[in-house]
Order: sequence, then structure tokens, then C-alpha cells
Amino acid sequence: MTDQEIIERINASLAEEFELDRADMVPEATIYEDLGLDSLDTVDMVIVLEAAFKFKIREETAIREIRTLGDIHNFVIGKYRRQDGAA
Amino acid sequence: MSLKRVVVTGLGAVTPYGAGMDLFLDSLRAGRGAVRPVPELAAIQGLRARVAALVPELDAKVVPRKFRRSMTPMSVYAVLACQEALAQAGLGEGECQGGRLGVVIGSTVGSIEASESFFADFLTDHSLERMKSTLFFQIMNHSCAANVAQALGIAGRILAPAAACSTGSQAVGYGAEMIALGKQEWILCGGADEFHPLTAATFDVMNAGSTRYNDDPARTPRPFDRDRDGVVCAEGCGILLLEALDSARARGADILAEVTGFATLSAPSNIANPDAEAIARCMAEALADAGVTAADIDYVNAHATGTELGDHAEAEGIFRLFGDGVPVSSLKGHIGHAMAASGSLELAACVAMLGDGRLIPTRNLDQVDPECAPIRHVRGLEAAPVNTILKNSFALGGVNSSIVLRRYRHD
Repeated sequence: MTDQEIIERINASLAEEFELDRADMVPEATIYEDLGLDSLDTVDMVIVLEAAFKFKIREETAIREIRTLGDIHNFVIGKYRRQDGAA
Repeated sequence: MSLKRVVVTGLGAVTPYGAGMDLFLDSLRAGRGAVRPVPELAAIQGLRARVAALVPELDAKVVPRKFRRSMTPMSVYAVLACQEALAQAGLGEGECQGGRLGVVIGSTVGSIEASESFFADFLTDHSLERMKSTLFFQIMNHSCAANVAQALGIAGRILAPAAACSTGSQAVGYGAEMIALGKQEWILCGGADEFHPLTAATFDVMNAGSTRYNDDPARTPRPFDRDRDGVVCAEGCGILLLEALDSARARGADILAEVTGFATLSAPSNIANPDAEAIARCMAEALADAGVTAADIDYVNAHATGTELGDHAEAEGIFRLFGDGVPVSSLKGHIGHAMAASGSLELAACVAMLGDGRLIPTRNLDQVDPECAPIRHVRGLEAAPVNTILKNSFALGGVNSSIVLRRYRHD
């Protein structure tokens, strides 16, 4: 899967789960302020991403540093590549 | 301590006819039945019911996602009904948020559908890794009350009575007592429920659910009728906005009715079977609470669900207190049994009957069961002077409730 395909899968999953407007889903959008999500949503976001990419990320410390949609993209791409490399 | 008078200044309903009080009342008065075939019930082994009265699809997205994520359909019904009641009463955001408005809304249980869906997944591998953070808010017993309070910004008291089919009536009764005591100025009161096959199964296993009219759903349930065969499950939400009379008068609000009496009593003779004596005692206590006698009651809105035991016991209890002179009807023949919502939906209809003086008959009552014959049944839409109504609700678990409503008069 290319980076762009990964980003598209992330955006599609989050847009469906959180009913986000795709036009708002720019990489610099902050999770809380710009996308309007809260702490409960971020718990569910992990579950949605785990289901979309068939990996486990809940215990990853890097996840706590995520602030923007772009951070999510980079985190997931990194995780996906590491997993792919390990496979 | 002097008690405040309690009045109704707003009504709201989501019913198997759709959303809104007007649709509900027009349908009742037109004698339309809401029971429909539910073919998917055939997939459940051992369940004999194939019909129910289900709320047609509503646009749940009118509730913002932030609030909807912790809701199941019953909470959506409750929010819509509360918004309708608040709009009728002329109360806006400011009143909701100031702490003077409370919410007393219960359901039979939290969402069974949400529980089923969680466990269906969980039991595949006993993993909690896929559990959404909002699950608890959907299955907790106070899901409807909490979700309504969150969605509408209600900062006053919050209570979620749970007494199965007595829930809606208890909510109104307990709400009225809080207002009478001066604890709240306004309270959104009622019950809500969403259909799940387990609800139908509850009655089916006790041989108290309707099974003979699966091919002719318009003819069931049949309260007080010789050919009745049991309960038909329904869903929805009925809301009464209760208000202290002094508040309503100060605001110049349109007063729809006064809540003057309430009784709710346990009937410990049996957890499932109705008890005519306990029913009569409950009604008598509600009359005493209202400071009226049986002779003052112009109409009794019965719980009557269309079960043999229930209809007999209620008819006997009513006859003991009221004889054969007071008109009696049940609305279950129209909308089925909406469980926790039934009491408050039917109370909302009673408020409307006080308003327009037309008694709604028992639908599907074609040939009165001789055991239910002594009381005076309303058989067609009937114009009558209606000043005071008594409404019954009875629940599995031995929980009886009776409420007295009166046409408001300034005295």
C-alpha cells in the first residue's frame, strides 16, 4: 500500500466513524479543536484504526504525541511500514 | 409545608406512527392501528410473535454526533419528544441550562441491542480490544435520562425510574412530587423504550404475547375483547413537561392539565400475575391523593394490554371502585404496548382528551369478554364532559401506578 493509499484509508475510516467533512480533513487539522473530537473519540479512533489496518497500537507511547491529522497519518504509515518490514 | 400545584405545559411523543403529538393524536382518533408484520422475528427459534408496533425510521442525525454517539434509538426518541414538549411550553436553552429544569425519564432496561452486539463480538474471543468507549452509556439503566440531559444541557435533577411498564407513569408521578415540593420548577417526565426480540420473548414465554394474529396484525392486540390473545410489543417515547403552577402562570404559559394525584404501590402477591385488589387499592390511593372520590372521575384510561389475566384483574378493580358508570378505554389496541413509554404516551393522550373532550375508544374491542363486561367500555370516539381522568399502569414485578389528571381551572 502506498502512503497515499494509507492516508486515504485513514481518512475514510475516520470520516465514517466521526462523520467528518472530508474538506476539513487536512493534515494540519488538530484533532480536538479543528475536527471537534474529544477524549472518548480518541479511544474509539484507536479501535477504528486497529480494525482498518489489522494492527495493535493502543499501548504505543507515540500515540500520546498525536495532535493533528497529519500526526495520525505519519504514525500509521510508520507503524504500517514497520509491521510490513517485520512480516 | 405547603405543596405547589403541578401542571402540564408541554407534551412530546415519538410513536409507532412517527414523531410528534399531532400525528399520534390524529392516528388515535382516526382509529389507525400501528401494529405491523416484523418478518425478521421468524429467524428467532422459539419465538412465536411475528408482529410489533415499531417506530418508523427517523432522521437520528438531527441529534449532533457528539451526543448521538452515546445513544441508541430510545434516547433519540426521548430527545425528540423532549424537544417537542419544551417547544410547546415555550422553554428555550436558557431555561434548560439554569438548573431549574430536571429530567425524569426511564426505560425498562438499557439497550439490549447494544449489549447483544457487544457480546456477539466479545464471545468470539473474549477480547475487549474492540469495545467502543460509548458502550456503557448505551447500556446503563439511566441512558435515556443522561443522554437527554447532555443533549439539551439540562443542569437540574436527573432520575431514571425503572419499573418496566409502570416506568412512564412513575416518572410523571415522581416528577410531580418533586415539583410539588418545590425542588424543581420544570421537569421533563416520561418513559422510553426500543424494541428488541427479547421483549417480545418475555411475554411469549409466559404465554402472554399475541401469536394468533401474525397474519392479520391490524386485529391485535385486543384489550378487553373476547378474542384477545396477549401483548403486542411497541416502542417510542412519551414526555410530559411538568411545571409548578406559579411558574406557568407567571410565564403566561398555556396550561394543558393539572396533575393532582399519584399512587404507586407494590403488589406482592405474585411477581407476574396482576391482582385486582392491589389494583383497586392503587387507584383508591391516587384518588385520595387527588382529594377526589370515584364519583369525580369522568374517564379511566386503562393499562389493559390484551392479556386475559391483566384485563380481568383491571376490569374487576375498576368495577369495584367505579361500578359501571365511568367510561373506560385502553389505547393498546392502537399502538400496542410501548413498555416503559406506555404510561407517559397514554398520559399525553389523556391530556389531549381533557383538552378536547373526546374519549378515544379501545381499538379492536369487537366483542367484550364477559369477564370484563361489567365496566362501561368506550366503543367509539365519544364526546363527553371530561374534567378528571384516572390513568393506570401496571408492570411485571408487581408495580402498580395510577395518576389523576384534571382539567386546569384557576381557583
